[in-house]
Amino acid sequence: MRRVRPWLLGIAGILLLALLWEGYKAVMPVEGWVVNGVTILPRTSPQAMPHIWDIVARALEPETRAATALPLWVAMLKAAALTLGLAGAGWAIGVAVGLLLATLMQRFRTAESALLPWVILSQTVPLIALAPILKRSLSQVHIGAFTWQGWMSVALIAAYLAFFPVSVGALRGFGSPEKAHLDLMRAYGMGWWRTFLKVRVPASVPHLLPALRLAAANAVVGAVVAEVSTGLDGGIGRMIITSAQTGSADPARMWTPIIGAVLIGLVAAGIVGIIGAALRRYRRREATA
Amino acid sequence: MPAASSRSARSATGGSSARSATGGSSARSATGDALLRLAAPIVFGIVALGLWQLAVGAADARTPSPFGIGARFGAQFGAIWSASIGTATNALIGLVVGTLVAVVWALLCANARWLEELGNPLVTALSVVPLVSLAPVFYAMFDSSLQTGRIIVAAIAAFVPVFFNTLRGLRTVLPIHRDLMRAYAATGWQAARTVTLPGALPFFFTGIRIASSITVISALVAEYFGGPVTGIGNAITTAVSSSDYALAWAYVLGAILTGLVFYVVTYVLEVLATRHRTTE
Amino acid sequence: MRFDTKELPEAVPAVRVAGASKTFGRKAKAVRALEAIDLDIRAGEFVSLIGPSGCGKSTLLRLIADLDRPSAGSIEVFGKPAAQARLDQEYGIAFQQAGLLPWRTVAGNLALPLELHGVPHAERNERVESLASLVGLADFIDHYPDQLSGGMQQRVAIARALAEGPRLLLMDEPFGALDEMTRERMQAELARIATATGAAVVFVTHSIPEAVFLSDRVVVMSPRPGRITGIIDVPFGDERPELLREDPAYFELVTAVREALHGTPVVRAEEV
Repeated sequence: MRRVRPWLLGIAGILLLALLWEGYKAVMPVEGWVVNGVTILPRTSPQAMPHIWDIVARALEPETRAATALPLWVAMLKAAALTLGLAGAGWAIGVAVGLLLATLMQRFRTAESALLPWVILSQTVPLIALAPILKRSLSQVHIGAFTWQGWMSVALIAAYLAFFPVSVGALRGFGSPEKAHLDLMRAYGMGWWRTFLKVRVPASVPHLLPALRLAAANAVVGAVVAEVSTGLDGGIGRMIITSAQTGSADPARMWTPIIGAVLIGLVAAGIVGIIGAALRRYRRREATA
Repeated sequence: MPAASSRSARSATGGSSARSATGGSSARSATGDALLRLAAPIVFGIVALGLWQLAVGAADARTPSPFGIGARFGAQFGAIWSASIGTATNALIGLVVGTLVAVVWALLCANARWLEELGNPLVTALSVVPLVSLAPVFYAMFDSSLQTGRIIVAAIAAFVPVFFNTLRGLRTVLPIHRDLMRAYAATGWQAARTVTLPGALPFFFTGIRIASSITVISALVAEYFGGPVTGIGNAITTAVSSSDYALAWAYVLGAILTGLVFYVVTYVLEVLATRHRTTE
Repeated sequence: MRFDTKELPEAVPAVRVAGASKTFGRKAKAVRALEAIDLDIRAGEFVSLIGPSGCGKSTLLRLIADLDRPSAGSIEVFGKPAAQARLDQEYGIAFQQAGLLPWRTVAGNLALPLELHGVPHAERNERVESLASLVGLADFIDHYPDQLSGGMQQRVAIARALAEGPRLLLMDEPFGALDEMTRERMQAELARIATATGAAVVFVTHSIPEAVFLSDRVVVMSPRPGRITGIIDVPFGDERPELLREDPAYFELVTAVREALHGTPVVRAEEV
């Protein structure tokens, strides 16, 4: 019963939310709760808060009135897959760069002093805000037959948001081995690189995994928002904006792509969770039984 | 979105003793070390900026030089200031609201595990999904001519780190302190006041520090998803669409400074709150 | 066989410490941990270093292991400078915390030095099995450190120190974290292994009975700055049975070491 309880309560929580939603709609007036012209509690009109069954029904209908339109939920999945792919590419690049930087900073004290403050500062730059600028500049890039594509800007922004937690988490992890382990490697006559591979890297896993999870969440946000600011077609971000624009006429529509964005986040977290499960061995502690 | 300060990252590497096994007297003196720590990033920054300045001469007009941006920043300071205040206000209100809700919910969850499990799906979802994509929902539910939608996005963005960190803090009462309270037959409230809450305080401040810059960026990005045309985000888009890149970068500089102010204030608060503690 | 301890010409001492001293920090904050240490340890000899906290005994061990460099003087291991001896893997080392890598099984931990030094796969497995049997942990060879008790972890650490059949064992209070019963058992094990392999041992400890039980000589050190204040011979030979602990000669030597540590003769209760 103990193991099942969290799951049961979790499902109960979701159902409770659905009940709250419909309950609120049933009870509150259409304009919500307004104080001094400021809406404190949400409005309950069909435009503001559609019924849950209306949302589901809309998802099953075709996306647009065009003859070739796919059902909304299918179109959503396609768009979500594209965005997930871009976020994933950005995440992979960000992880690679983050690990590289952390290795460099671990190896060379000077590199750590020089780079770490800038790494931290880099996250105060809202690269997302720079996305339109970035897209215009990078679209000029031609190297031989290679032309910079729009989607690459999105992946780049996702990578930028992902590399920071990874580099900080990895640096922390690389510095975490116990002194006794480092002494042991020195006693074995092992130099920096072998000590790094055999002790520092495995010891970093418990610090790295939360960082990877955060990087995945950041990469997803980066991808979705970058799609909006660079105007990339075919992704979830674009779909949200388009659906939101028809908000008054077709209110239930924008909920499906939003749920799609939520799904992307959950899938990304799930993938990192699987990585964490695969690395279980490295999360063991030395504490006695 | 700085998720850790340089202080905590540096303390984890622990200086020379974690780096090599030959501890003891290091080759550099203590002052030489401190100078290097200070000089290296500054030198690196100056070199990078210098290269940027030089490179601009070779590239197209789309990439303004550091001097150009600085000049524009000074010229348009008034407009940049009011846009920054707009975004910062949303971020601040969101930070306060999100923190309050997070603390209350963390207190409840610390005392009732079943509550935490009930709320788990929602909280976990909020921690991994792109919050700004929820912005259109909030604009629809509340007045889209007001800032409310952005504030809610910023509030949720603040809620997540503050909640997780505060909950962790409330849960990590040292067993020895718990035993001490029991030996004194302290009431629940006394134990909370003398041991649990003070123990949770450093974690709470860490959460706020993390949340600080996240709220600024969330408030900014939420401006792209609808609502009134105010704030830095909208200013940047306007500047870009009229190809005024130097101005766009100047607004970006404004955004960086706003984020820094939030971060520094919460960092200082954190240091003040934890200055008498020995353990991390 | 590759891992049997080699025979040495008697003349070459296992460890020769000549005028070694160690200072940490500089100028006003300088801490003089060791002062003018002269010590020779013969091949196959078991020597304990004992003294109050801060007397530098662990520091001295680290100097021998080339984990730190002396501020003055020299250290030779089997006639080579300490640094060279480390690179040539002339010693095995065990610390107070077992220092097992938590993500490796017992077998993985035992194999670590062999892996690092390029021992081929089949030979490695054979060696790991014999090491595990040596310390009585053959049944736990696939367990992870967090599944073992403190005593078992320490046994793995000692077996690991022996992995490459070194002629010198350096041990820094390896039994410090264990309870008394386990400790006495481990002492008997260690004595047996040291005799069987013929290795020299430098053993740092806080415990007077432990030092006397295990050693051929007990080196007594003073508080900071650490100096050797006395060396006491323990002429019990290679065999150290449990009964030795109840031998009057044993108690006398324990007293002698205690007196050397305190600097003054201890007044016995019946002599007051």
